[in-house]
Amino acid sequence: MKPPKQKKARQLEEKQTKLHDPHRPIIKDLLWFSLITTFFKVLLIPAYHSTDFEVHRNWLALTHTLPLSHWYVDETSPWTLDYPPFFAYFERFLSLFASLVDPTITDLYNGLNYKALSVIIFQRLSVIASDAILIYSIYKLTKNLESKKRFLIWVLVVWSPGLLIVDHVHFQYNGFLLGILLVSLGALQKGNDLIGGFVFAILLCFKHLFAVAGPVYFVYLLRHYCRGGILRGFTKLVTMGVVVVAVFVAAYGPFAYHGQIQEVLRRMFPFGRGLCHAYWAPNFWVLYILSDKMLAFVLAKLGFHIQTPTASFTGGLVGDASPFAILPTITPSLTFAIVLLAISPSLVKAWRNPQPKMIIRWVAYAYSCGFLFGWHVHEKASLHFLVPLAVVAVESIEDARHYFMLSIVSSYSLFPLLYEAQEYPIKVVLLLLHIALMWYGFSSQFSERNESDKRTACVLMVTGWMEKSYLLGFVVLEIWGQFLHPFLLGDKLPFLPLMMMSFYCALGMMYSWIWQLRCIVRSQ
Amino acid sequence: MGFSLEAGSSKKIHYCIRVGDKEMEKSRVTKAVKGDVNDNSAWGWLIHKGISAPFICISLFAILVRVAVSLHPYSGAGDPPKYGDFEAQRHWMEITTNLPVNEWYHNSTTNDLSYWGLDYPPLTAYQSYIHGLVLRFFHPESVSLYTSRGHESYIGKLLMRWTVLTSDVLIFFPAVLWLILVYADQWRRHKSNLAWHVAMILLNPCLILIDHGHFQYNCISLGLTLGAVSAILHDKDLVASFLFSLALNHKQMSAYFVPAFFSHLLGKCLKRQNPLFEVSKLGMVVVGTFALVWWPYLHSRVAILEIRAPSNRAFLYGLLNSAFSFYLFSFQVHEKSILLPLLPATILAVEEPFLFQWLTQFALLSMFPLLTRDKLVLPYIALYGIFISVYYAPNGKPDAPNTRSSSRLTSFLIAFVLLLSLALHIIYLTINPPKKYPFLFEAIIMLLCFSQFVLVAVYSNRKQWILSNQQSPIGIQKKQL
Repeated sequence: MKPPKQKKARQLEEKQTKLHDPHRPIIKDLLWFSLITTFFKVLLIPAYHSTDFEVHRNWLALTHTLPLSHWYVDETSPWTLDYPPFFAYFERFLSLFASLVDPTITDLYNGLNYKALSVIIFQRLSVIASDAILIYSIYKLTKNLESKKRFLIWVLVVWSPGLLIVDHVHFQYNGFLLGILLVSLGALQKGNDLIGGFVFAILLCFKHLFAVAGPVYFVYLLRHYCRGGILRGFTKLVTMGVVVVAVFVAAYGPFAYHGQIQEVLRRMFPFGRGLCHAYWAPNFWVLYILSDKMLAFVLAKLGFHIQTPTASFTGGLVGDASPFAILPTITPSLTFAIVLLAISPSLVKAWRNPQPKMIIRWVAYAYSCGFLFGWHVHEKASLHFLVPLAVVAVESIEDARHYFMLSIVSSYSLFPLLYEAQEYPIKVVLLLLHIALMWYGFSSQFSERNESDKRTACVLMVTGWMEKSYLLGFVVLEIWGQFLHPFLLGDKLPFLPLMMMSFYCALGMMYSWIWQLRCIVRSQ
Repeated sequence: MGFSLEAGSSKKIHYCIRVGDKEMEKSRVTKAVKGDVNDNSAWGWLIHKGISAPFICISLFAILVRVAVSLHPYSGAGDPPKYGDFEAQRHWMEITTNLPVNEWYHNSTTNDLSYWGLDYPPLTAYQSYIHGLVLRFFHPESVSLYTSRGHESYIGKLLMRWTVLTSDVLIFFPAVLWLILVYADQWRRHKSNLAWHVAMILLNPCLILIDHGHFQYNCISLGLTLGAVSAILHDKDLVASFLFSLALNHKQMSAYFVPAFFSHLLGKCLKRQNPLFEVSKLGMVVVGTFALVWWPYLHSRVAILEIRAPSNRAFLYGLLNSAFSFYLFSFQVHEKSILLPLLPATILAVEEPFLFQWLTQFALLSMFPLLTRDKLVLPYIALYGIFISVYYAPNGKPDAPNTRSSSRLTSFLIAFVLLLSLALHIIYLTINPPKKYPFLFEAIIMLLCFSQFVLVAVYSNRKQWILSNQQSPIGIQKKQL
C-alpha cells in the first residue's frame, strides 16, 4: 500500500510547513502595504491644515507646561481641552518628544499659532505614527481570512478617502481612535469579551463621542459574557464592572482628586451649540430643516402668517433649542431620545441572540443612528460607522453594494473640509482611486470566473436605475458646485452648493440607515 | 483559491480604451499570457482580469502621487533675482503669448535673452504658448509682458503645476499604456509582472521629482520617445519616426537616442524588399515633421545613419547604451539628463530588474544635491520609499533570468555601496563642507554615481553585444505563439 502512504506523508509535510509559517507572508504583505501608505502620507505633509492643527499643538503645550489641575481650566488659548483625560495623557506623552524637537511647540504663550516647519512635520508624523494602531487592528481582524478578502479590507480601511482627508490633511487623530475601536470589535468577534469591553472603556476615555455604541456594548456583554447561570453570570458581571470602573478611575481619578470633575464634564459636554454644525452634516436634521423652510415658504405664499425665526441653526438660543417656523422644535434631550429609539432594534436583537459575528454590524448601526439623529453632529462622525463596515463589506454582495454607495456618499460629504484649490485634485483623484479599487476588488470577489468584461462588474456593483442615477448625480452636483454656480450666479446664494450637497448626501445616509436596519431586523 | 489559465490558451480581446482625449482602439490584440501560478497572492484580485484594471488603479495612484508632490516647493522658489526653472518656464509662457512667433528666439528690448532665453527647440515654445494662453485666461498677471518677472502666487503656482500634470496625463500615460500592451504581446510574461512594470514606469521617482517638484516638462519629450519606442516594437516605423522627431523637437537632449533609433530603423529598412523606398519613406516623415515644427523658422536637419542587425530586444539595449554614451561623455551635461538613460532602463525593467533598480537609486543620488537646494527632501524620501516598496511588492518583480549568484563578495559589495550612499545622504544634509572645498560633498556624490553608471553602461553594452551575436531577426519573434 505504498502510494497512499506516500500521499499521506506528503500531506503531513505540507501541513507542517503551513503550520510553521502561517503568518509570515501576511506580515510581509502588511509591512509592504503600510510602507507605501506611510510614504504617501509623508507627501501630504505640506498640504492645507485646519484650525484643528493649532488645537492639538495647544494641547501639547498645555499638557507639557501646566500641572494636571490646570489642564481643564486653562484659557490661554481659545482652543481649550475638550476630550477625555486619556487623550490629554496621550498629548502629554507626545509633548515629551515635541519639546525635544523644538521647544517653542510646547511653549504655552510663544507657541500660539506657531507655523514653523518643525511643528508641521512633528504633528503630521505623530498622526502617521499613531496610525500604527489602525494597522495592528486590521492585522488582528483579518489574519484568518483568505488573502483576497484580507487585502481588500486593508485597502478599504486604510485608503478610505475620508480617513486620509480628515486625518492627514485637515488634521485629526481618527485613525488611531478607530484602530482602538477595531481592536475592541475584533476581540468581541473572537469571543474575548473581557478584552473587548476593556478596550472599549479605554476608547471612551479617549473620545467620549464613541459612547453612542455604549448601549449595544452593554446589552451584548450582559447577554453574551455574563451567561451561564446566576452565580457565574453575576461574577462575570462584577469582573467586567471592576475592569470598566478601573479604567475610568485611571482616567478621571486624578481629576476627581483635584476636585475638577465638574470642569472636565463641562468641557466635554459644552452647551450653547445649535442643532447643526457650521457646515451641516448630512443627517436627518438637514431634511427636517429644509422641510421646515419649504413648508414656511409654501404656507406664507398661501397667505398664512409665519413668524420667521430670529436665530440660526448653527448658533444656540437660551435653552439650546434651535428655532423652527412650522415644525416642532428640537431639543438636545429629544435628539437623545430619538437616537436611543433608533438603536433599540439592534438592542433587542443583541438581547435575544448575542452572536459575535453580528457585533460589528450592531455597533456600526448604533453609530449611524447617532450620526443621523444626534445633536450638533460633525460630518467627520460618518467615519465611525464607515470604517467598521469595511470589515463586513466583503461578506456578501449586498454588503459590498451598500458599502460601495456609503463610502462614496461619506467621502464626498467630507469634500468641503478641503476648500482650497490646491487640494482639489487630491481629494477627487483619491475618491476616484477608491472607487476603482472597490469596483475591481468587489467584482473580483463576487463575480464568476472567466467573466471579465466591465459590464458584469457594473451590474454587480450598482443595480437599478435609481442607484445608478443617484451616483451619477454626484458628478452633476460637483460640476454645478465647482464650475456652473460661480460662472452663472457669481457671488449670489453662496450657501446653495453646500446646502445641496448636504441634502443630497443626507438622502444617501438615510438609505444606508434603512438598509442597515433592515439587515439587522432580518438577521437570525 | 486562485485564478489560472491553462498554459498556452489565448484570448482575442477587443479593447476600446479612452485615455484622456485620445481614443486608442486595440482590436484583436492576441494575448497569450501565461497562467498565473501564484494568483492567490494578496493583489491577485487586481490582476486576474487583464491589464486594464491594474493600469487604471496604478495610473490613478501615480496621478495622486504627482499631485501630492506638487504641493512641495519648486526650483528657485522665493529666490530672486534669477529664481529657477519654474521662473524660466513662466517666462517662456510670457514671451510666447505676448510676442509674435518670429521674435521668440531673437534678442530684443522686449525679449531679453540673458534672462532665461528660450534654449529648447520650437515644440517647447508651442507648448509654452498653449499653456501660457491658459494662464493668461485665469491669471493674466502671471504672464503679462515684463511686469510678471519673478511673479510668485498661490494660483500661479497651482496653474503651472496643473499644466505639467495635464501634459503628463495626456502624453506620458497613453504612451505607457501602448508600451505595456505591445510589450505584453511580444514578451510572454506573468500578468503580475506586467502590473509591476507599469508601476515601475509610472512611479519613476526621478521623473516625478524633476517634473512635478523641481518643475520641468520632461514628461512630454520622454512620453513622445516612449511612444516612438512602442511604435517600433509594434512595427509601425513611420509613426515611430514621427513621434521621435517630435520628441527631438521638444528637447534636443532626446538626441541621446538618435543612434539607436536610426540604426535600428535603417537596419529594418535594409532587411526589407525595397530598401531605398523604405528609407526614403522614413526620411520624408522625419523631414516633414521637422519642417512642420520649424515652419516659422524654415530650418531643416538631416539625420545621421548607422547600420546594425535589427532586433527589438537589442534595440532597447541600444537605446540605453547610446543614451549613456552621450550622458557620460557629452559637454555641459545637466544632472537631470540622467532621465534619458533611465527611460530605456525602465522599459527593460522586467528583463533586468536589478540593473534598473540600481540605476534608479544612483540616478536619485545624483539628483539629491539639486533637490535639496529646491527644498524637496521630504518628497525625495517619500518617493524613494514608495519606489523601493513597490519594487519589492509581493509577486511583482520577475525572477531575473540569470539570477546573480548570491556570492558573499557581491552581496558584501552591494551592501557596502548602499551604506556609502546612505552615509552620503546624511552627510550632505547635516555637515557643512570645509571652506576650502565648498563642493566637496557634491563631488564625492557624483564620483560614486559615475562609478555605478559606468558599471551599468559596461554591463548593458556587453549584453547588447551578446544579443546581437545571437542574431534573432524580428520576423521570427512574432511567429512565436
